Amino acid sequence: MGEPFLMRALFAGLGLAVVAAPLGCFVVWRRMAYYGETVAQAGLIGIAAGLALSLNLTASVLVVTLVVSALLVLLGRQQIVPFDSLLGLLAHAALAVGVIAASLVRGPQIDLMAFLFGDIFAITTTDLQWIYLGGAAALAALMYVWRPLLALSVHEDLAAAEGTATERAKLTFVLVLALVVAIAIKIVGVLLTIAFLIMPAAAARPLSETPEQMALFAAIFGALSVVLGLFLSVSFDTPGGPSIVLVLALFFAAAIFPTVLRGRR
Amino acid sequence: MEGHDAADEPLRQARPGRTQVSHRDHGDFDRDLDHAHHHAGPAVDAPPLAHDAGALISARSLWLTRSGRSILQGVDIDIAPREIVTLIGPNGAGKTTLVRVLLGLEVPDRGSTVRKRGLVVGYVPQRFDVDRAIPLTVARFVELGRRAEDDEIAGVLADVGADKLGDRQFSELSGGELQRVVLARALVRSPDLLVLDEFVRGVDYAGEAELYTLIGRLRSERGFGVLLVSHDLHVVMAQSDRVICLNRHVCCHGVPQSVAQHPEYARLFGPQAARAFGLYHHHHDHRHDLAGEPHPPAADRPDAP
Repeated sequence: MGEPFLMRALFAGLGLAVVAAPLGCFVVWRRMAYYGETVAQAGLIGIAAGLALSLNLTASVLVVTLVVSALLVLLGRQQIVPFDSLLGLLAHAALAVGVIAASLVRGPQIDLMAFLFGDIFAITTTDLQWIYLGGAAALAALMYVWRPLLALSVHEDLAAAEGTATERAKLTFVLVLALVVAIAIKIVGVLLTIAFLIMPAAAARPLSETPEQMALFAAIFGALSVVLGLFLSVSFDTPGGPSIVLVLALFFAAAIFPTVLRGRR
Repeated sequence: MEGHDAADEPLRQARPGRTQVSHRDHGDFDRDLDHAHHHAGPAVDAPPLAHDAGALISARSLWLTRSGRSILQGVDIDIAPREIVTLIGPNGAGKTTLVRVLLGLEVPDRGSTVRKRGLVVGYVPQRFDVDRAIPLTVARFVELGRRAEDDEIAGVLADVGADKLGDRQFSELSGGELQRVVLARALVRSPDLLVLDEFVRGVDYAGEAELYTLIGRLRSERGFGVLLVSHDLHVVMAQSDRVICLNRHVCCHGVPQSVAQHPEYARLFGPQAARAFGLYHHHHDHRHDLAGEPHPPAADRPDAP
């Protein structure tokens, strides 16, 4: 079990789990799962561009996620097309462009599956640096806006009337989300990144009494899913990212089950 | 629209609040009953465009159009320290929009708003869609208004009669509990101005009276100004120092009775409304607990059939 690639996979997953937990809570609270999905799928364009131009893939994905985030802010100002339709449109346009671009620039051994579902066993030391430095920056930024972001998630007008800098908090959140998506794509791929954000948070919700508790439980679920998922993957030779997501789905099912039985909560 | 039959409510004389509050000189009917400008365009009798320097909030000539609909047409408003101002007007009169402009949530097309330096606002919004996705205790919700110690939070919860709710989940509150808890969050900020948008909506007559009494008492104890938006055209909190009748512009304003007798009020709401105009006073024959149950369950409530 002490193999370097396995240790890198473990540390990558654990690092991401800690950052994804509080961020994922806000994605759930602010109902931005589909928004995040769109940003993540757009990341495929970044991968294609990065491969074509021989850039660091995380950096090129980050550029694309930031551009798409800005685009969504601009497009969100019109109201003729509803925002969720817009997200659906952009997510799939991005996926189409990304897959076509990836097929055009495909080199000798480019595996599209690795970008769609992640390849946690291929994490390099450079990737780990991105995960820990970028993750620390993301976490710090999120801590900084935690209180205003929470207040505006509960009731935006009330928070704004109380003098909360709501626009700054929202902008910070969107930027942090773009950064974490860029970091996560190598690990869990463009199609599973949002799952890794929202599933630990969703599993933590029924057990939590406070927002901070929910973030903490989400981190625990995320970390456990990485450990168990990797174990599953190594034991049964299943793909890493999907194995982690499968464990998270089981966590969620177990956590929500008592609530469903009770009727409502 | 009204939760009770206001036509049965006799027109009572206003009387001073139970506690002595130093009112400003709004009591003078004749002088206070200004005929504000009526229609679009600068009116000849418009007040000078100077802001009231002593006011908590002073707004002049607010104009606002949204989606081609003119909502505010040259509104002037001042709220003085310790003053209770009730804003009434028909649906679509722009009451909530005016409040949003005063709170800085909406930017008017024209006009200016001046706030007292360092003004702290406590706000109770009209709608509160509770989000069950966010786990939140009542105490934590209140604390989102301002960082506060536990005993401070317990204090404001006790002030609004919600002392036992601190550990409850915010998303599990009933409508009446929710109102009081949101009010507690406004209070924990130690506001200079409390803004209540249709605070008593969905509450029956006795519940309304009790909430008004609570607001009046808190105002006396803490000395903040109050801007109260009322959904009810002809029942107004008796402790209001001033009533402002809004229909995109300020139709008329004055102490509670004077507004009811004002021709603009009768023109806007009909003579029947003017006759039915009633005031909440301190005395009422029963109270409601947090569950909304009357104590005692009186059969002779004013709104009883």
